[in-house]
Parts: sequence; structure tokens; C-alpha cells
Amino acid sequence: MPKVNLTVNGKPVSADIEARTLLVTMLRETLKLTGTHVGCDTSQCGACVVHVDGKAVKSCTMLAVQADGARVVTIEGLATDGTLHPMQEAFRENHGLQCGFCTPGMIMTAVDLVNREGNELDEHAIREGLEGNLCRCTGYHNIVKSIAAGARAMKGKRRAA
Amino acid sequence: MYNFEFHRPTTVDEALRHLKADEAKLLAGGQTLLPTMKQRLAAPKHVVDLGGVTGLSTIDHKGGSLVMGKAGGTVLRGGTLTIGALTTHAQVANSNEVKESLPALASLAGGIGDPAVRNRGTIGGSIANNDPAADYPAACLALGATVVTNKREIAADDFFTGLFETALEPDELILRVVFTAPGRAGYAKFRNPASRYAIVGVFVAERQGEVRVAVTGAGQSGVFRVPAMEAALAKKFDASAVDGIRVDASDLVSDIHAQADYRAHLIGVMAKRAVQMAA
Repeated sequence: MPKVNLTVNGKPVSADIEARTLLVTMLRETLKLTGTHVGCDTSQCGACVVHVDGKAVKSCTMLAVQADGARVVTIEGLATDGTLHPMQEAFRENHGLQCGFCTPGMIMTAVDLVNREGNELDEHAIREGLEGNLCRCTGYHNIVKSIAAGARAMKGKRRAA
Repeated sequence: MYNFEFHRPTTVDEALRHLKADEAKLLAGGQTLLPTMKQRLAAPKHVVDLGGVTGLSTIDHKGGSLVMGKAGGTVLRGGTLTIGALTTHAQVANSNEVKESLPALASLAGGIGDPAVRNRGTIGGSIANNDPAADYPAACLALGATVVTNKREIAADDFFTGLFETALEPDELILRVVFTAPGRAGYAKFRNPASRYAIVGVFVAERQGEVRVAVTGAGQSGVFRVPAMEAALAKKFDASAVDGIRVDASDLVSDIHAQADYRAHLIGVMAKRAVQMAA
């Protein structure tokens, strides 16, 4: 079986896995990082979004072996020493989630959006940035509000994630 | 997904050697191949991942001249744009060289899928797959692009041969796509809101009085040109020139998203929008 070496949330990990193992499966089942969710398993819903070498990807549509040597950040990698990441805090403050299933993907996509487009995001930019993330509870309104607030709160706090 | 033997070459030659294996498939960004394998519609015995091959994700612009940009200042227009096969949609969408020399192509790339898909999907993967609703085939055909492989150069007119079919031979690999910048070009897409694939997409390109119009999303054999619109737009490059020109619906796709006659109507509407957007 192929051996995969990754840096996940700053820690080096390695595993012998079948070539067909999806990145999300390795994260959830091998590394027990169950914060990354599988919603649709067809690259539509975005619940599985993680960052690979600094870019948001759908981890249900990437093989773990393709990520060999890469730096992966999951939702578990955002908070530091028990303090929520500003984007996580903004979702909490603005009621940006109801059932919470889509939230890890929403937050990873949001942080990627801020990294690409900066801290002042208008509603249009946020809604376009969320095209690949589905939420079946909130109607998106408070998610958009959360991301605008989280983006501003990230100012000066940009990190590897 | 059925299991397979995985290969991660670092050079094109090494990739081609692995490709000779029985039932081998090339994997670029994987945004189509992996979902297809999950559904067991594809079950290759060997998967050759191109992710480790360097030098195939470059964007190179040569020639052209400085002209006044719409937003003031000068931009480099014209010339030749060479895009490596492994260049992602996000790279094309965000490249200043593409935005200046071929803005319609940058905007097309920025409208594929969603941000995460654009971070993985590649131009080479898209055209090699030749999905009848993909965006890039329309751009390649309308712009008269040249597909450069390890063996030869293939004109876009000869490259897209049918539904999910191309002129590529089993041991052939796309290295890059070469676009000669047009005078002006525009792409308008009526997209499926869930998949963001084109229900109808029309790419219009004008170069020294010659116009090419390519349609994706609608044809039963994939991307195709509309000679009647090309002739009318060559006489007068204005949206009104397309009035009254109707593509025969009997050659178009009908599915749960749109009937053939509706697609025929949309081709006219999207062609007009593409002309209006042309820059």
C-alpha cells in the first residue's frame, strides 16, 4: 500500500493507505479528525473543504496520495490554545449556524476567501465565494454576516491557515 | 471507487511510460475523473497522477502591444498566450497576463465550478475530457486555439471530435494550449445553478473581421460552431446581427434541465450577450 506523508495542522503524520483513499477519508478515519464532514460526496456541498498548501479544496474530490508531501489545515487547526479563530468566533457571535453540519466547510472556505480577497468583503463577494458551499438551515443570511465580521476581525491576525 | 495502482511521475517521459500500462488513466486536477471513478463509471487499473510533473502549469504571454485600458492606464493586448496543461482554473482566472490579453478567457475560467473546484481543475484536464457542457472547449474552438501534445500540434477544429471524445491517441498527453489573442472576445453562459456547468454557453471571438461563434452545453455531439451567426457578425459586429438566426433544435440536447427548443432560444440570447461583453 502507498505510504502518505502529510503535515496536518502543523503536525507531521504518515499512514499506509489504499491508493483509492480520499483525503477526507484519511483525515476522518485514519487520523480521527472528524471535524471535516462528508455531505454530498459529489463535490457539490463543500462540507469537506480543507486547505491544501494554502488553497481551499474539496477533500472528497482529492486522493490522499495526491496530497503526499502537502501541508493540510482542517477546521481543528484553526483555534489556538482553546481560543477560537476570529472566523469561528464570528460564526458564534452572529448565529452563523443552526445544525452546524456545513459549518466546518463554510469556515474553511471563508478563511480562504479572506486570504485571497482581503478583510473588507462586501455581500456580493461573500455570496460568490460561497458558491461551492451549501447550507440547508440558515438561508445563508447569517453566514454572510458572520464572514463579513470574521474577515474584519482577522485583520492583522492572518495566519498560515 | 475500485482500487488501482497509483503512479506519481515527475517528468512527462515517465508519465508516458506509465500510461502504456493496461487500462491506465492520467489524473490532472481530478475534478471529473475522481467523481466518475466513485460512481464506478471509470475503473482504471493504473492512475498516473500528473501533480508531481513540473513545468506544465505556466502561463506565458508573448508579443502584443500596449493599449489604453478601460479603467485607465495601459494594458497589454494581442500577442500569443500559452497556458500549460496543468494550469488551474484559479490560476487562469487570476492571471494578470490573461486578464489583459484575453479577458474573456479569464472570466470564463473564473466561472467554472466554485472556488475549491477552480483550485484543482485544470485546462488540460477539461479539454481532454471534452464534457459537452464544459466551458473551455467553447473558448478553444472560438479562438482557434492549438493543442500541443507530446507528439504534435492539433488545431481546436480537429481536436473536439464528439461527446467526451477528442483526437488524442491513447499514448498522447496534452502539454499546453496556445491562444492567439483575438481583436475582441466574449463568453456568456446560462448555467445550471447547482452544477454550474453550461446549459448553454456561447463564446464569440472577432479577429481582423473574421468571427467565430462556438456553443457548449447544447450540442448532441459536444461543442460546435454556428456559421450563420459568424457570417452575420462578420458583416456587423453587433448583438442585433444575431436577430432571427436560429440554430436547429433537432441537433440539440433535451434533458431534465432544458428542452432542445429552449436551448436553441438560449443560444441566440447568449450569443448576443457574448457580443455585448466582447472586449
